[in-house]
Order: sequence, then C-alpha cells, then structure tokens
Amino acid sequence: MREADLVVIGGGPAGMAAAVEAARNGVEKVIILERDHTLGGILPQCIHNGFGLHLFGEELTGPEYADRFIKQVEELNIDVKLNTMVLDITQSRIVTAVNSQDGLIKIKAGAIVLAMGCRERTRGALNIPGTRPSGIYTAGTAQRLVNIEGYMPGKKVVILGSGDIGLIMARRMTLEGAQVKMVCELMPYPGGLNRNIVQCLKDFDIPLRLGHTVVNIHGKARLEGVTIAKVDEKGKAIADTHEFVECDTLLLSVGLIPENEISRDASITIDDVTAGPFVNESAETSVPGIFACGNVVYVHDLVDNVTNNGYIAGRNAARYLKERAGDTVKANANILQVRPGQGVRCVIPQLVHGNCPEDVTLSFRVDGIYRDVMIEAKADNQVIKSVKKRITTPGEMESITLSREMLQSIESGKIEVCLSSLERKGD
Amino acid sequence: MSKNTELTCIVCPLGCKLSVLQGEDDSIIEISGHSCKRGLSYAQTECINPERVITTTVRIRGGQMPLVSVKTDKPIPKTLMMKCMKIINRIEVMVPVKVGDTILENILETGANLVATGNAT
Ligand SMILES: Cc1cc2nc3c(=O)[nH]c(=O)nc-3n(C[C@H](O)[C@H](O)[C@H](O)COP(=O)(O)OP(=O)(O)OC[C@H]3O[C@@H](n4cnc5c(N)ncnc54)[C@H](O)[C@@H]3O)c2cc1C
Ligand code: SF4
Repeated sequence: MREADLVVIGGGPAGMAAAVEAARNGVEKVIILERDHTLGGILPQCIHNGFGLHLFGEELTGPEYADRFIKQVEELNIDVKLNTMVLDITQSRIVTAVNSQDGLIKIKAGAIVLAMGCRERTRGALNIPGTRPSGIYTAGTAQRLVNIEGYMPGKKVVILGSGDIGLIMARRMTLEGAQVKMVCELMPYPGGLNRNIVQCLKDFDIPLRLGHTVVNIHGKARLEGVTIAKVDEKGKAIADTHEFVECDTLLLSVGLIPENEISRDASITIDDVTAGPFVNESAETSVPGIFACGNVVYVHDLVDNVTNNGYIAGRNAARYLKERAGDTVKANANILQVRPGQGVRCVIPQLVHGNCPEDVTLSFRVDGIYRDVMIEAKADNQVIKSVKKRITTPGEMESITLSREMLQSIESGKIEVCLSSLERKGD
Repeated sequence: MSKNTELTCIVCPLGCKLSVLQGEDDSIIEISGHSCKRGLSYAQTECINPERVITTTVRIRGGQMPLVSVKTDKPIPKTLMMKCMKIINRIEVMVPVKVGDTILENILETGANLVATGNAT
C-alpha cells in the first residue's frame, strides 16, 4: 500500500486550494486524485466571467481562475493523479481509487480532504410525465457540450429552473444563435444570482416565468414541445393554466446535490438539509482527520468562498497532521452547536469549538425573500451580533462573523442564527 | 423632473442594489447602494451607454479539443454583442494557445481585443 500525508479527493477549486494551503503549511506528501482529465472541476466549462473579484480584485472567467491555481499546484510540486476515480474511503483513512494506468490503487493517508463538488439533479429527480424524446439535458451537460465539445444541443430552447447554470446557458445559447423562449421557475422568486437575471435574461429580453413549471413533455424521437402551467402556493400545477410551448430542447437547471456517496459509505455524518457532511469551523467532518470543503459541503454561490473554504480545510489538515495526538483546541473543547432559527434554512459550520483560535464566519441561507431585516446570532438568550440587511433572498448565501472573544464567552453550548422583524415580500 | 433608476450591479456576484438619481438632462445627480467604486462606475455607464464583456469560444485547429475559451479584454457596447458574435464565430486559430494570447485586435473598432482565457495544445 502507498502512503501519503494528505489525500485530496477532487481537483476543483476547493481541492486545489486545500492542497496548496496544506503544502504551504509544511505538509510534504500531498496527492490530488481527480477523475476528470484536467484539474479545475466545473471551472473549465464556466467560460463566463465573474470569478475571483474578491480574491484577486479582478474579474476572471472560470478557466482563467482555474489556471491560476493549477500553476500554484505545479509550483508546489503537488502530486496530481488525473483520470483517477476514488471508489471508497475508510474511517482509518485508507483511500481506494482506480485508473487505467495503475489499476486499483490503495493509499494510506494521514489526513483526507473531501472536495468532490456536486452534481446536477436530473429529470428522474423531478418526475415530469410525458414521453422520453431526445433533446432534454441538464444545463451543466449542455454547458459542457457547447463550451468544451463545440456542439449546439438545439435551436428552440425552454429552460426549467432559474439556477445560475440555467441563466448562464440562456445567454450562452442566445449568443450562439438559438432562440431561448423562456425560463420557468417553480418558486415565486428566482434561484440564481441577481446579476445573472440582469445580464443573462433582461439583456436579451428572455421572459422569466416565476411560479411556473413544466407539466408535460411532447415528441417521439425528438422533443417537439412542452406544456407549462402556473403553480399554486403548494407548488401544484393549476389545471386551467396549461400552455403549449414549441421547442426542440429542454434544459433542466433544478439544483445541485453535494456528491457524498463516498462520505456516506464511510459513515461520515451527513446533514439532511444541506446533503453535505456536518463540519466544524476547521472544516473537519464527524470523523477525525477527514475534512470537507467546497460544494461537497453545501452549494456555494461564489468560487471565491469555495477557495477560502478550501484554505481552511488545508490549513487545518496540516495542523491535524502536526498535532495529531494532543489537539489543544479540542482537548478543552467547549463545543457549540450552531442552529438555524427563524427565517433561516441552514447554517455552516454546524459545530464550533468555543476556544478556537480564529474568528468564525457562519454562512447560511434564508428560507424566503425578506426586506429590512436584522440578521442575528444569539447565544445565552441574548443577541451577540447583528447585521442589518436591506434585502435577502434564498438565492444568495449570507454570512455573519463571530470573533473568538464572543465565542469564548458563550456558556450554553448553542448559537442560533435567525432573522428578526420579518416582513415577507409578496404574500 | 429628476428620475430615479434602480439597478442591480453586475460587476461581481454580490449584486448590490444601486439607485441612480438623474436630472432632467439625464446628468447623474446621485448614486447610492454600491459597496465599492466599481459599482459606482457601473451605474454611470449603465445609465448612459451600457457595456458588456463577451465571453465565448473560438474554433481551434490541430488541438485535442475543438474549442478554446475567449473574452473581450474590455466591455463593448451592449448593442454590438450579436454583431461581435458573428465575427468571432468565423475565427479559427492554430494551437498552441495560452491564457492571455490575443486572438483578434480591436474588434469592431471598439478598442477591445479578443483574448484567450483557456489553454489549448
Ligand atoms: C454553471 C456554474 C456557474 C457558476 N458561476 C459562478 C460565477 O459566475 N462566479 C462564481 O464565483 N462562482 C460560480 N460558480 C460556482 C463555482 O464554480 C463552484 O462553486 C465551484 O466550482 C465549486 O468548487 P468545488 O471544488 O467544490 O467543486 P467542483 O468544481 O465541482 O470540483 C469537484 C471535482 O471533484 C471531482 N470528483 C468528484 N468525485 C470524484 C471521485 N469520486 N474521484 C475523483 N474525483 C472526483 C470532480 O470531477 C471535480 O473535478 C458556478 C458554478 C456552476 C456550476
Ligand atoms: S458595487 Fe462593488 S461589491 Fe457591489 S456588486 Fe458591484 S462590484 Fe460587487
């Protein structure tokens, strides 16, 4: 069996950041295992810009952002195994992977970073009735076809779901000459970032039909059209609102799910709401020495945040490798559970050590659109920090930072993140 | 009568809500809501002459993959987007291409160059 100090699973922005940061913190033998033929994760197909403004002060495209980290990985002589799929990990940190060159590989790792990202929900997860013609793709698959393979999936397009990938593809297909008829969104608010609503839909006069869904699919060999309908508050189609829309292509942009088969098989505790592992402020999972970062933990909006999360995992994996026996932070740990309160759907990390040496940023998603609210962190029955927000939507992640002094003084073992003075827009 | 326009800043994914107050002659009286100075200049151009960066691909010859990704190195007037796409889609370049290589200079006299954002070998 081979040995390594740190094995990073997945070579996207999260995995590369973790590997680079661990190497800079003195970890000698770092290996990245990536199943694709290049490093970069989802970035090489995200040719649009909007990456890296916060980290580099520049607006980069996905491939450019990836390129900067690929260069760092090379400079630090980090071992990279491409076309290598990880099949299994164990709690004692044995990683089993496979590739066509070496066959089955087993590596005994001092620490592991999970950075497998997420995958798209498909039609199966949606259950749309109707025929099964060709011409139905997930938005990410279409993105890969158009931007990497150079193949246009169709000419008349309907997009179901207003997640960012769907919005980006609405513009991309329009620029390449397709007619994008509409984007349908089940919820009463868009799923993607506001900037993408503006520059991908409004710029090209593509209608956004909020509170609508696809209820039927038509066509035998090739898609010929879809039936859309308005939905009621419970998300159920309203009978007399059916409308036929002619199209040869349907793109599904209905969300991403963290890719955690490997984590589940290793009995790492998974949060039902985020579908990612429970993590603490060090990005460590329920299994000591196994860390997780990026979209495998929860779906991030910004790659800059993914990279920062990767740095946290890399730095703490390095610290774990150094201090393995007497981890001082945890030895006298006052473990605080972080819980979502009123108006909040989920908060990351779910656990914080009261005596941790750094300030901790809690990231969370709200459960509806709210205007003029206070974001509050509460502990010991009082508000320990609050931030005012003009508007907050489920499409955009929010955060609140607690200083180490604040964390140290908490006695009840719990932190709650919630919104106060709620005013729901619309309903 | 002065008019007030609500915009969403698209310069970065934070998407700040901007509010622009313009006078009768369209001159800008006040801009608010931005979190940084990029947002300020975005609000100015968006109200007077909206501009966008184009990100797309060009065909390559002799490479492992059929395309390489490109962008305009400056925003171009929004109204010229489709015209630029027509020109870009006629381009074919030989490998190797590196991030930052200029593919086409001064596209449609806009002063913007088309540059590679990916590598191709
Ligand atoms: C279409 C789209 C548009 C986006 N637009 C923006 C934007 O404009 N601005 C912005 O800041 N952010 C944007 N993002 C977000 C950002 O790109 C992602 O948050 C980021 O790529 C997530 O990084 P990651 O490393 O966690 O996951 P990924 O990039 O998905 O990387 C995960 C990697 O793990 C590998 N992997 C998975 N399982 C295994 C296994 N078993 N064995 C080996 N390897 C494995 C995968 O092949 C992949 O390479 C966008 C995302 C998407 C999908
Ligand atoms: S104003 Fe600045 S921070 Fe806000 S969206 Fe624009 S560029 Fe981003």
